Amino acid sequence: MADLPLHGVRVLDLGGVWAGTFSSLLLADLGAEVLKQENQFVWQPNTRGVPVAHLTKEMTQEGAGWINGLPNNDPGERPWNYHPMFVSLYRNKYSFTLDIRQPEGLEILGRLVAISDVVLENSAVGTMEKLGISYEWLCSHREDIIFLRAPGYGLSGDYMNARTMGAQLEGVMGHQLLRGYRDAGPGENSGIFAADYIAGAQIAFALMAAVWHRNNTGAGQFIEMAQAENASGMFAQAYMDFALNGQTGEALGNRSIYADDGEAPCGVYPCLSPGDPEDGLDRWIAISVTNDEEWLALRGQLGDPDWAMRPELETAAGRAAAQDLLDEKLSEWTAQFEDYELFHRLQAAGIAAAPVLEASRLLNDPHVQARNLFQDQELPDDIGVYKYPAPLFEFPESEGGIRRPPVAFGQDNEYVYKELLGVDEQEYQRLVDTGHIASTFADSVP
Amino acid sequence: MTGALQDVTILDLTQHIVGPYATKLFADFGADVIKIESPGGDPARRLGPFKGGDRSAEKSGTFFYFNTNKRSVVLDLRSASGRDAFWRLAATADVVVESFRPGVLDLLGIGWEEIHRRHPGLPLVSVSNFGQHSPYRDYKGSELVLYGFGGEMHSTGRLQREPVKMYGTAALVLSGSALSTAIMGALFAGRYQSVGQHVDFSIADSHLVGVDRRHATVMGVQYSGRKSLRAPAAPPQGMLAGLYRCKDGWIELAGGGARFRNAREFLGHPDWMEDPKWDNPAIQMDPEAIAEFTSHLEPWLAQRSKREVWERARAARFISGPLYTIDEVFDDPNFRDRGLWQSAETGPMGSFEFPGRPFLMSETPWAYRRPAPLLGEHTAEVMRAAGCDEDALRQVLADASKEGADG
Repeated sequence: MADLPLHGVRVLDLGGVWAGTFSSLLLADLGAEVLKQENQFVWQPNTRGVPVAHLTKEMTQEGAGWINGLPNNDPGERPWNYHPMFVSLYRNKYSFTLDIRQPEGLEILGRLVAISDVVLENSAVGTMEKLGISYEWLCSHREDIIFLRAPGYGLSGDYMNARTMGAQLEGVMGHQLLRGYRDAGPGENSGIFAADYIAGAQIAFALMAAVWHRNNTGAGQFIEMAQAENASGMFAQAYMDFALNGQTGEALGNRSIYADDGEAPCGVYPCLSPGDPEDGLDRWIAISVTNDEEWLALRGQLGDPDWAMRPELETAAGRAAAQDLLDEKLSEWTAQFEDYELFHRLQAAGIAAAPVLEASRLLNDPHVQARNLFQDQELPDDIGVYKYPAPLFEFPESEGGIRRPPVAFGQDNEYVYKELLGVDEQEYQRLVDTGHIASTFADSVP
Repeated sequence: MTGALQDVTILDLTQHIVGPYATKLFADFGADVIKIESPGGDPARRLGPFKGGDRSAEKSGTFFYFNTNKRSVVLDLRSASGRDAFWRLAATADVVVESFRPGVLDLLGIGWEEIHRRHPGLPLVSVSNFGQHSPYRDYKGSELVLYGFGGEMHSTGRLQREPVKMYGTAALVLSGSALSTAIMGALFAGRYQSVGQHVDFSIADSHLVGVDRRHATVMGVQYSGRKSLRAPAAPPQGMLAGLYRCKDGWIELAGGGARFRNAREFLGHPDWMEDPKWDNPAIQMDPEAIAEFTSHLEPWLAQRSKREVWERARAARFISGPLYTIDEVFDDPNFRDRGLWQSAETGPMGSFEFPGRPFLMSETPWAYRRPAPLLGEHTAEVMRAAGCDEDALRQVLADASKEGADG
């Protein structure tokens, strides 16, 4: 077997929340050795849990499963090691602890920089400055270091110091007013996290491009990502419509922005449901017609009813103008079917369709099973065996997959301090005593 | 300075959104992306918005954005001349990326086994809806269908209504951003290990285990038995926490909790806040006090623009952001001063601006070198550079322009 593509690349991960944590996951899946720095005295919200480190049992008893649904509804000893929101972002990584607010901690960090290829961070502007970490400082420890910073709005400009999460910067880039139900305002939008994930993916891309360049030239570099600007590709058509035609766009619900180009009907329609939405038992099917031929195929599945035989529906313009009618009639028709039955039937007829799956049904889906997308793993905290997500894609000639289950806080302190930094047992104990080395968050952390 | 990827050549047989977005990132950072199109062209050329609403060729805003800095070569891969041309170009490439339906590459005689036999170190990245090996391998997909199945759509929207998606093709662009890391990995494997790998990238999988919070809802329900459902209604406004109307639109404010101590400064020290009761953190949970606070806040916001309110919110270190319309994003001085916008000009589309660099690289900056290519604009140039003689080139061009040659 060949090594994974990034074998031999060491990443010092000072990132957090979704963007930084997702970026280093992609690098770890590709074979980089990702050293995640943590600190027993600093709780970074939305990185290993929310809202606090030491969740009480009471805090885990109700609410959406993804926000605070812990194993057996019990926070256990170290809930940050298996918090549902973030646990899946820690596979294939190494975790060590170091209090970089102490001068000695910063000195130790410098020694790690000297043996790393890449350093990444995505804190608000000011955090690194306060710690004394800059590109120049990193270069003083390793001349060809690659350093990436990804604050919300970058390192200059009026918005530089804005406090933000991905959800707010999507609003600033226009997304909030471009998505959601057609007949409801932005107040009805659910929070989404797309900007965080595109930042994560493109941080990984940027760092690999920089490593590629360094391998060619010997030169490291500094990369600045404003997460808001980085998200712009997701709204490209809206920007192009304004740039070319002065149109500002509006929320279209589930309809296609390409309705005028033939993509109608396009929607999510009800199917037979075994129970109520309150119990997550509501079932839906997504259907997209993308051209005239597919419309005729769908019409045939509908049984060529009179309303559907109007010749203008055989044209893109005719269907675009009739979307209200198409949605209404399709909703009546789909409601008679089980979602999976209709899925296979429509696909067999050459029409793009799929159930809109509630997460608990995924693990039973034949595609998810055939591709082994969720795999049994046992975490160090003895919480039992659950199925955790596998990497997004595989390199078949390499030993990939889940090489290490999601890493526990401080799990690799011995490796980092003793093997990488050559610290002896006595010094190791001293670093435990001075607070650098730990395997749980301090009691002083909420 | 030149792009970080200036020594990379990508043979790009992808179309629509996912593949082209990924390869655009490479092209924009210096790679030579040779876009192989069928005689009919990438279907994205026929997707709006079109300049002036004119659907004629080469006016597609979608195609422009996703294909900057690439070169277009038209080949009829079903003809012998087209296949020969493909092999000629493959010999110069560092990676091949394709988005045909699974199996089509084999039918064309340029499948993985043949690529690997001829060029053992050349990687291939295949992009498809559900992957090369899946019970759904031959199923069709679309942005809505793949996001509905793979992404975290079921919990997005209101409980008594249908699940609702994101804007436009945002879900596909997310997949494209993840695809860029797969292509990069394939390049590293090819360059440094001389191992050609066939990477099977499924758009559905990229959402199921990747670019969305789906991984979190799957863990949450396994751990606790509790599902993640659409909320029945918008969460109630807190004390300085929620979505509010200003004079000219909406702003989101999160000034509660510990940040609330900055509320007086944020509001300009109004008389009604002199009351020390606002200093008691517990008051933020009191519905009557929230209502009282909001009754003062709303008229104050109604007199101010969202820009002005956001400026004050930034000073108070509240997590906050206005909801900009697209024209406001374009006109915004912050993004303009930072250089987000790139000017472009093409014959058919005139001059306009589009969002430029996604991030700044100090040594190897993003650069707009050329607009999205006209269909087949670079066929002759690219084929000649690859050593194709004039007779063979004439045959390539003839086969590629044959009536009905488009699959």
